[in-house]
Amino acid sequence: MKVKGNAFKYGDNVDTDVIIPARYLNSSKAEELAAHCMEDIDKNFVNEVKKGDILAANKNFGCGSSREHAPMAIKAAGISCVIAETFARIFYRNAINIGLPIVECPEAAKDIEKGDEVEVDFDNGIIRNLSKEKEYPIQPFPEFMQRIIEAEGLVNYIIKNK
Amino acid sequence: MTMTQKILAAHAGLEKVEAGQLIEAELDLVLGNDITSPVAIHEMEKMKAEGVFHKDKIALVMDHFIPNKDIKSAENCKCVREFAARHEITNYFDVGEMGIEHALLPESGLTVAGDAIIGADSHTCTYGALGAFSTGVGSTDMAAAMVTGKAWFKVPSAIRINLIGKPSKWVSGKDVILHLIGKIGVDGALYKSLEFTGEGVKNLSMDDRFTIANMAIEAGAKNGIFPVDEKTEKYMKEHSKRPYKCYEPDEDAVYDEEYTIDLGKLRPTVAFPHLPSNTKTIDEIQDDVIIEQAVIGSCTNGRIDDLRCAAQILKNRKVKKGVRCIIIPATQKIYLQALEEGLLKIFIEAGAVVSTPTCGPCLGGYMGILAEGERCISTTNRNFVGRMGHVKSEVYLASPAVAAASAITGKISSPEELGE
Repeated sequence: MKVKGNAFKYGDNVDTDVIIPARYLNSSKAEELAAHCMEDIDKNFVNEVKKGDILAANKNFGCGSSREHAPMAIKAAGISCVIAETFARIFYRNAINIGLPIVECPEAAKDIEKGDEVEVDFDNGIIRNLSKEKEYPIQPFPEFMQRIIEAEGLVNYIIKNK
Repeated sequence: MTMTQKILAAHAGLEKVEAGQLIEAELDLVLGNDITSPVAIHEMEKMKAEGVFHKDKIALVMDHFIPNKDIKSAENCKCVREFAARHEITNYFDVGEMGIEHALLPESGLTVAGDAIIGADSHTCTYGALGAFSTGVGSTDMAAAMVTGKAWFKVPSAIRINLIGKPSKWVSGKDVILHLIGKIGVDGALYKSLEFTGEGVKNLSMDDRFTIANMAIEAGAKNGIFPVDEKTEKYMKEHSKRPYKCYEPDEDAVYDEEYTIDLGKLRPTVAFPHLPSNTKTIDEIQDDVIIEQAVIGSCTNGRIDDLRCAAQILKNRKVKKGVRCIIIPATQKIYLQALEEGLLKIFIEAGAVVSTPTCGPCLGGYMGILAEGERCISTTNRNFVGRMGHVKSEVYLASPAVAAASAITGKISSPEELGE
């Protein structure tokens, strides 16, 4: 699997309240959530984001609430992969579980700037920052998680293994 | 092994586990609320599962936006209500019986020492106060667990927090956990357990321990856990009929880091916007921080000890004009207890409002939303940008004692400033 797009870049501790504010959690429809994604820290995000774009951030991305609405909103907004130095653990699980690709890579995350063209090559374990002409190796997922990702999420994985 | 590792090993049917190992654990309880359950139910329907793994081992608590704040939240509750009826879920809690989930479940005896629990709510880590392994997950994990009764975990390593001494009069569990988060940061325990031990534990009430374990997630932790002592056993015997199992860490248990906190040296502590780690002791606050609202409640600080503490301060005093003081008992039982002890009278006479149990303002749902530029002192758990309302509003996290004192003075204050 390979994804490519232009990057959005945020800092440390992007919490789930800014990814999708609780005032919109009376809905669980992905498209409705996507319309408000990131609006409390970046009003332009929803207007600028294009299908396939990459979201990059520094440390502890997705901290706070366990709302699965957060990765749902990011995925439905069109983001193809989130790259961060580190992720909050519930967000990490949720992203894998709903089939939103997510990669921990401190070096790549630090270097990415807004607008950079970035490619993530999961099969060969490489992030390529095409704008900066730099490559970064990434850790493969543990086998267990790989099976969930290949099934495109936990629900499909369970159906498959019934 | 650490306490957490022992509980996980027991639930995975293994003699020994080590940090980093992937395991599948049997669960004693799976929890969801009115925001996360509808998503889980939808996912479960996709699985075309025949039913739930155990109708007594699922708890569905309507607490975030109820009594319903709008049509969409009413539809969400209806979805969960119908699901609970269809699957004969024993522990479904609706208006009249509900409370804030993490106060309600221990009070209802559904969580005891040695349990492995997941909940589609990040503050599920609260039950670590009883010596259980409990952690927050998302809706899909909840859906899978409702069907299989199992969840996968990466066995966490741990940070050991050695508690010594005895807290002084106006210092409570909230100050302990805010102090710790201030020290290690909002990702200081990322993916790890926070294990609290030491002779100081005995000087903390169960309500203090619930508050401390509750906010382990605010340091990024997978779980927070306390050893079981006489106070824990007394609490469990009073509230639960379920058998429990106590786990102690091995003497050679490996900890990544170790900190010692002298409870006697702690001061009332406040987390400034916009991170729970942005802490100052009350003595370090130089300039007046004027507040427009004070919230006392939530899964962090809506228990009876919290209300008693607030009442002690508000008794025969008035909330400052221009300050909106909102007090939310966390469960119906606590509400009734506060009524019987005369606390509600004290609150109302002081000029505070008392609400039915709800998560409401904590996550900016309803019942106390902030306008642009407003500041709130709150006993809740998060002070992120826009958490309680407008993106340009501010939340300051503190104990019930500090929140009550601040409601009286109109600025962030220590109860000591009020005199006798």
